[in-house]
Amino acid sequence: MRKILASAVAATASFASAVAYAAQPVEWQTTFQPAATGIMEQITWFERYTLWFIVPITLFVLILLAYCIIRFRASANPVPSRTSHNTLIEVVWTVGPVVILLFLAIPSFQLLTAQYSPVEEPKLTIKATGNQWNWDYEYQTEEPLSFNAAMLAEGDRAAAGKEDKGAYPRLLAVDNEVVVPIGQVVRVLVTASDVIHAFAMPAFGIKVDAVPGRINETWFKADKEGLYYGQCSELCGKDHAYMPIAIRVVSDAQYTTWLAAARTDLPGANKALMAETDGAAKVAAAGN
Amino acid sequence: MAGAAAHDHHDHKPKGWVRWVYSTNHKDIGTLYLIFAIMAGCVGGFLSVMMRWELAEPGIQIFHGLASMVYGVEGDAAIDAGKSMFNAFTTAHGLVMIFFMVMPALIGGFANWMVPIMIGAPDMAFPRMNNISFWLLPPAFILLVISAFMPSAPGAHGVGGGWTIYPPLSTSGQPGPAMDLAILSLHIAGASSILGAINFITTIFNMRAPGMTLHKMPLFAWSVLITAFLLLLSLPVLAGGITMLLTDRNFGTAFFAPEGGGDPILFQHLFWFFGHPEVYILILPGFGIVSHIVSTFSRKPIFGYLGMAYAMVAIGAVGFVVWAHHMYTTGISLDTQRYFVFATMVIAVPTGVKIFSWIATMWGGSISMKTPMLWAIGFIFLFTVGGVTGVQLANAGLDRSLHDTYYVVAHFHYVLSLGAVFAIFAAWYYWFPKMTGYMYSSAIANTHFWVTFIGVNLVFFPQHFLGLAGMPRRYIDYPDAYAGWNAVSSYGSYISAVGVLIFLFGVFEAFSKKRVAGASPWGEGATTLEWQLPSPPPFHQWEQLPKIK
Repeated sequence: MRKILASAVAATASFASAVAYAAQPVEWQTTFQPAATGIMEQITWFERYTLWFIVPITLFVLILLAYCIIRFRASANPVPSRTSHNTLIEVVWTVGPVVILLFLAIPSFQLLTAQYSPVEEPKLTIKATGNQWNWDYEYQTEEPLSFNAAMLAEGDRAAAGKEDKGAYPRLLAVDNEVVVPIGQVVRVLVTASDVIHAFAMPAFGIKVDAVPGRINETWFKADKEGLYYGQCSELCGKDHAYMPIAIRVVSDAQYTTWLAAARTDLPGANKALMAETDGAAKVAAAGN
Repeated sequence: MAGAAAHDHHDHKPKGWVRWVYSTNHKDIGTLYLIFAIMAGCVGGFLSVMMRWELAEPGIQIFHGLASMVYGVEGDAAIDAGKSMFNAFTTAHGLVMIFFMVMPALIGGFANWMVPIMIGAPDMAFPRMNNISFWLLPPAFILLVISAFMPSAPGAHGVGGGWTIYPPLSTSGQPGPAMDLAILSLHIAGASSILGAINFITTIFNMRAPGMTLHKMPLFAWSVLITAFLLLLSLPVLAGGITMLLTDRNFGTAFFAPEGGGDPILFQHLFWFFGHPEVYILILPGFGIVSHIVSTFSRKPIFGYLGMAYAMVAIGAVGFVVWAHHMYTTGISLDTQRYFVFATMVIAVPTGVKIFSWIATMWGGSISMKTPMLWAIGFIFLFTVGGVTGVQLANAGLDRSLHDTYYVVAHFHYVLSLGAVFAIFAAWYYWFPKMTGYMYSSAIANTHFWVTFIGVNLVFFPQHFLGLAGMPRRYIDYPDAYAGWNAVSSYGSYISAVGVLIFLFGVFEAFSKKRVAGASPWGEGATTLEWQLPSPPPFHQWEQLPKIK
């Protein structure tokens, strides 16, 4: 049932959006967003894996309850038993859950360790600073690049060339996306300037609090080109719902070109990159 | 009980308002607590329906209108005030439901009423302290209500930091007096609970009837004893934390301010050292209640009594060492996360023991599905659903994706809104005939159950999907893709609100029809001491202490 639902959802998604490879929530979605990193694939796998335990356990409890209600109803079983102890079964239902927890714990600890073990030394470090209610990004490259990213105002769509609400949805689209190269480990340093925010990117499987006065670190290695959306995930005041995070994963060459251009002309660099990626996506979608 | 009845005429039961305001009688104080909890529950429920109404569709539906009605602002200022007001609603909903609904109902209400009777004591150990522990609550609640109308952040009113009131949002983020009032409210509510906890511990340790050893004590008394210890040990930590918040705000300290060498994360440790035991405080009395109801309506003794008692002790003890599983994304180290994953998963074991013991109590029984049993079985199933998602969330690696999304909202409402609240209604329908002497209409009560059951599941089950899809919590507006499940969730909330109306009507109907319930309406399965007294029990009971074999 879940699989049928999931594939139906996936089908809707690919029709709904011109940028078919981007990850963002879709209507009636019941599962995680498609994974764009190895870590998120592992998280998705682990979530499905836990379902194999928790769904049967819940159904088991439901069936036992239903069986008791029907089989032992007062009219069918007028004389109740007086049993109130059974050492064997009490040991079984104590040890059984321990064994199940072990089955969960082993892959869980592997997943947790993997999240803290970047597959290689990061070549690119980006610092994200949460503000009420937008993000500052700083590329810690030889010639640093920094810019601010805020939610795309509805009135600015046309000027930014982002009229396509499928690719640039309301509340998710931003004015300046973070651009990163595909297949490279990117280190993200996260902090905040005023109150606590949280930097989250569901398709990458990362979420880390942006805390004033400390720098938290996470990393990702995106395997699929596309435009990915996340949202601030720690209550930060009035416009908490209005400070999205957008990351564009592009080819190495596109990234290099963009970075060089962005240092002098960020809007121009973004437009040039959009012309390439969005155009290509439309061709790809048309070709399907 | 002839002795108790004969004694009634020189009871000197005070008349009028003196009886209630000066009350030192555990049953009267319990009644006050229950009435208070019902009123607070209506307030908290109203806040939640407003939030669901707002979230029924993408965009801002009602809060700019509410803001201009309440705070008299217009235009863009109304939209901004509305956004802050939504945050104030989520905060107030949490605080009201936890501190002014669930805790007063279970601990102040049912435990006050039933624990002394069940252990064969004439009253609580410190009757006057019992009085002040109740009468601290209305001022605490009033402070919280006043805070809703006080400035917080610029252009905003009411505390909008969530019930967790993390700094710096609760310090430099909201300089206005609203947060100070809320902190004082929590201080007073906390003091009330600490006094109550001391009272319960003393009563249960010292005032059990002759022959009632701890190992013969009813499970509800066990659950309240453990809850009282959790309150006594955790609330002072909250009090310390919010006092530091208060001095950071007003007296220039910098416990949580990084610019003064403080650490915002320190507050989270303090808060959750209280906050995690708090969630067990909310649910443990429910465990005790459900045990009695399942046993009564299966006409069987509780299966594995000692295991049930010590499972609660274990849950209470381990509950103190798992707090940072609320903080996996704050930047705590890998090893710390490993420990908290492990410790948190351990809690599933005693919880499993309880679930299976309830089912084993039913097994071989002679089950009648009266209203309290419906609620108790609903509790067992829904608590299981919330429990297994809790096991998922215990895993830091998976929680990375689910933290601060609607998955967490769904999880804790399954254990609290559908767990603790179902236990409260189970207790209400179980003890209502005992407390009032009247029997309610089971048709109305059963309708209340089914409407609520369908309603709350519609509210919270789809929120699992929203969480998986990535919708963060505490959002007034969401991307259009989340609209479908949000609409379902909102309809569920309207249905649940109808359930509350049916509940209130059922209470009214029971008092107007005055059907006499009798001393022990649930038959021979009800074996605890309260069923040996008339309904309602005499003003003072057990003047001759019952002897326990």
